[in-house]
Amino acid sequence: MVAGKYGFFLGCIMPLRYPGIESSSREVLKSLGVELEDLKGASCCPAPGVTRSFDQSYWMAVAARNLAIAEKQGVDIVTICNGCFDTLFETAHKLNHDPEARKKVNKILKDATGMEYNGTVNVRHFVELLYRDVGLEAIKSKVKGGKNLKAAVHYGCHFLKPSNVKKIDDAERPHVFDDIVEAAGMTSVPYKDKGMCCGAGGGVRARTPDVALKMTAENLKNMQAAGVEVIVDCCPFCHLQYDVSQPQLKDMPNKIPVLHLSQLLGLAFGLEKEKLGLEVHQTKVNL
Amino acid sequence: MADTKEPNPEFTRKVIEGGGKTVNLCFQCGTCTGSCPSGRQTAFRVRKVVRRAQLGFEEDVLPSDDLWLCTTCFTCYERCPRGVEIVDIIMALRNMAVRKGYMAEQHRKVAELISKTGHMVSLREEDKVLRGKLGLAPVPPTVLSDPKALEEVKKIAALCGFDKLIVPGGK
Repeated sequence: MVAGKYGFFLGCIMPLRYPGIESSSREVLKSLGVELEDLKGASCCPAPGVTRSFDQSYWMAVAARNLAIAEKQGVDIVTICNGCFDTLFETAHKLNHDPEARKKVNKILKDATGMEYNGTVNVRHFVELLYRDVGLEAIKSKVKGGKNLKAAVHYGCHFLKPSNVKKIDDAERPHVFDDIVEAAGMTSVPYKDKGMCCGAGGGVRARTPDVALKMTAENLKNMQAAGVEVIVDCCPFCHLQYDVSQPQLKDMPNKIPVLHLSQLLGLAFGLEKEKLGLEVHQTKVNL
Repeated sequence: MADTKEPNPEFTRKVIEGGGKTVNLCFQCGTCTGSCPSGRQTAFRVRKVVRRAQLGFEEDVLPSDDLWLCTTCFTCYERCPRGVEIVDIIMALRNMAVRKGYMAEQHRKVAELISKTGHMVSLREEDKVLRGKLGLAPVPPTVLSDPKALEEVKKIAALCGFDKLIVPGGK
């Protein structure tokens, strides 16, 4: 069972705030036959909300450098973050379809790095990679029992949207992420306004954290009303938003633990708990 | 009669050139506002931002806090019956606002971190310790452990003029 070799794009929040997501991802992907290599000297993707909003030419040029590193190493990219996925996927898409933009970006890239973007690299989100290339049966075969938890699956925004570019699943009624969570032995519970933004994106968390928190609280209320026992995300930024917001919400006495899909799969596959890095979570994980 | 303002097609043209090429397709149905998670919590109305961009009301839109309440969730973009690429319009407007000096201090700080360190969050001693405990390289194999790679990223910021956009003292 070999699903191929990929350049593992780390981004920022995973390696620097939730390294347990990184160790879980490395272990889980390895056990599913996905070989990873480091993308040497990669940087921030850079973050779509706080970089694309400020200057789209800089955003694309830094993203193109990250894409060019993977091309130089001869591997496709896999990321476990919606923000990194959005930046890298959208930039590759734009540069593959707009020769003028490609020429402009490549001039900057060549001057700064000596590299150019050639359009040979594919950008993969690990949920989509697990669904399409690894398959649900392979995931089921690795599950070592454990608890069947009622899970609120949070897709986040930039994994599937804009769907005319990403072409992964229906943006309004998606199923790929739920299918993986169920393959891991959990029950994906429907809840009101599932699919709503966590509140953090677009620079809103940095500039107006109170507004971001209100959106998060609305999601949490809906999840709690559905009786879920765990929130499962596929993006370290949504993960951070749900994890650090709950201790701030005084009218929410019962907290819901937050797991990135890599950590949930780690639990289901019987990985040592110490490898999941759960002790840094601000909303306590007692599962 | 209420005061009326003259449309400014020149500004609308700049929005289109900045990536908001579908701005004129909007017929103001309000599906975007009805779908907006941020608008549920605040007075932000996406439809109005698009209308101001269409009419070229630069002074109403660029200095406005509303422009920064969009989380770029793409729900409006997905649901728009006219195929208006609303997030692309907002990005074009935000880029123009930043060039006019409208950048919140919190945003300036994150942008500065990215342009100087190559990452949007910092590497603290405690992160190195925890990474080591998890069996990971204490310093991630990114620009953080490669000064030459960091120089490349800084050079991109200089070539794009990004470092000049983030000088302190914005509006």
